Amino acid sequence: MEDKRPWTFYAFAAFFTLFVLFLYGPMIVIYILSFQGPNGGMTFPLNGVSLHWFEALISQTRVGDIAGAFHRSIGLAVLVALITVSVSVLAGLGFRRRFRGSAFAFYFAIASLIMPGLFVGLGIALTFRLLGLETNWYLSGLGAQLTWTLPFGLLIMFAVLGRFNRSYEEAATDLGATSWQRVKEVTLPMLLPGIIGVALFGFTLSYDELARTALTAGSENTLPLEIWAMTTNVTSPTLYAVGAVTTIVSFLVISIALGSIAFIQRRRALGIRQESLAATE
Amino acid sequence: MANAGGSGEVSVVGVTKRYGETVAVKDLSLTIPHGAYCCLLGPSGCGKTTILRMIAGHETPTRGDIRIGGTSVLGLPQVRRGTAMMFQSYALFPHRSVLDNVAFALKMRGTGLSERHAAARELLAKVQLEKFANRLPPQLSGGQQQRVALARALITNPRVLLLDEPLSALDEYLRLRMRGELRRVQKELGITFIHVTHTQLEAIAVADMVVVMANGHIEQAASARDIFVAPRNAYVTRFVGGQNVLCGKVEGVTDGTAVLVSERGARLAFPVSGRQPARGAELYGSIRRDRIAIEKLPAGSLPPNELNAIVGEVHTIENQGSYVKVTVDFADDEEFVAHVPDDEFFRDPLDIGDRVVARWSASDINLLDDGLNVRPAMPMAAAAS
Repeated sequence: MEDKRPWTFYAFAAFFTLFVLFLYGPMIVIYILSFQGPNGGMTFPLNGVSLHWFEALISQTRVGDIAGAFHRSIGLAVLVALITVSVSVLAGLGFRRRFRGSAFAFYFAIASLIMPGLFVGLGIALTFRLLGLETNWYLSGLGAQLTWTLPFGLLIMFAVLGRFNRSYEEAATDLGATSWQRVKEVTLPMLLPGIIGVALFGFTLSYDELARTALTAGSENTLPLEIWAMTTNVTSPTLYAVGAVTTIVSFLVISIALGSIAFIQRRRALGIRQESLAATE
Repeated sequence: MANAGGSGEVSVVGVTKRYGETVAVKDLSLTIPHGAYCCLLGPSGCGKTTILRMIAGHETPTRGDIRIGGTSVLGLPQVRRGTAMMFQSYALFPHRSVLDNVAFALKMRGTGLSERHAAARELLAKVQLEKFANRLPPQLSGGQQQRVALARALITNPRVLLLDEPLSALDEYLRLRMRGELRRVQKELGITFIHVTHTQLEAIAVADMVVVMANGHIEQAASARDIFVAPRNAYVTRFVGGQNVLCGKVEGVTDGTAVLVSERGARLAFPVSGRQPARGAELYGSIRRDRIAIEKLPAGSLPPNELNAIVGEVHTIENQGSYVKVTVDFADDEEFVAHVPDDEFFRDPLDIGDRVVARWSASDINLLDDGLNVRPAMPMAAAAS
């Protein structure tokens, strides 16, 4: 390689390295510290290595209801993902046909992305109180999170459908498919990678949502709320153990989603099935 | 495989199609006989694809009727029309195997798995793709995909097959092979094929009937042979190619031959059998590019004073193998091209910039409608201005 790279390459590379360090450095420190020995503190040095704080996480009631919050958060995230997928897929398909007021409806839906989350939550909480309803994570909390995930899902579906050639659907109709058969046999299977993406977004956005959930979750906390509370009153590496566990869960969810997209696309791109291998040889 | 759908005669009756303010098709009528291979030919935006899509039922005419086998199919779902469509990029379902793609229509009808797979295999064998049955479409080459699309469209035994630019996704070599293949399949099945294309030679190569379109109406509908040798007007002549458009003002008519003077002063003779164009009227004719003799003019010699001989400079020379395409700078805004047989050309090759005389025989002139249509409607002074 005789080509000299320009100095800008090194400048940007240095900047990128700093960015990565800033992004992952503190988190890695937290993961390391979560393995602190039983007598260690919140900071370095490590006083031995143990799983003590992970055990404390499950057994200690003093730290709060971590397990309960985790279950609620997962349940809520699954619920949010399901609703986001169904609504944004249907809305995305519907928006392909221009109707009177469709542009208005679209911008109206997207506008909730720019509303300050804390106030959306406050508004929902006040409305619930006004109506004499109790706020809880599965009603007011769910609604507050959907104001955040639905516009995102819709935007992703727009991008996905923008690249989807309508002639596939016309071909299906031409070959005698009813509209339901067309959706089931052609549209949904072809959009599946994008739909998984929407589900993934819905899940992760919900799983670590704080601003909108803070005032709408009611008496039982979701995991981010629980962690937020812990940062002010827990002074042991248990906090780090919580961070490590929640990160692993996020990581698992993302790998499953991306893995299934990759699997679908791989199968489409070069997945030669057994029979055709046998047939061509 | 016999077609079960009855007559495949397609009639487009006074059809207009509007998209908002834009008129894609204007009061168009056309009848394509059963079992014909018809090409709709025209530049993009001329309405040819809209016609095809209206016959298929993917668009609805704003006005007019579409009949297949004598009965109106307006409002009928695609399947009940007895049509099948092959899409421009084939639109093969990428998530289904080749076999399942071909069997798709049968699956939609509720045919059992083994039965529909057997039928699909039979069709795949016809297009020599049975060993690719379990592949996915993206794994096939363009030509193979085209054959899968053909098999998929044919499985319903349509009486009319609609092909939207079926060859445009292929490279030159495959395009030439596949168009022969399409023609062979059409003959074998005996059903009506309607093929949309913007490639003149493709239309002439495959079709029985060519419909040349422009701006939402038909310029000429005739046999492929007639479209090539007897184009009706200057538009068709220019679009189809193969002929040069000549134009001049009438000086006089004797014995069914009009003598004209071109813009640059060349004197042309047009046979006008039976017609009596007025003096000063503008007449258009066409002359086949392969019926023109080109001869080098020695330097300093005067242009010949004879009919049907024009003088100009050689503008471009393109060797086409069996003939050489010579463009002569003759009229200001009209290309004048001669196809010179290769052996003749290379006996005494021309060079760009050579002064040449091009000659042809008056009997090879094909009179065009343009001037004749205009003449009765306009006073002579206006036509001559």
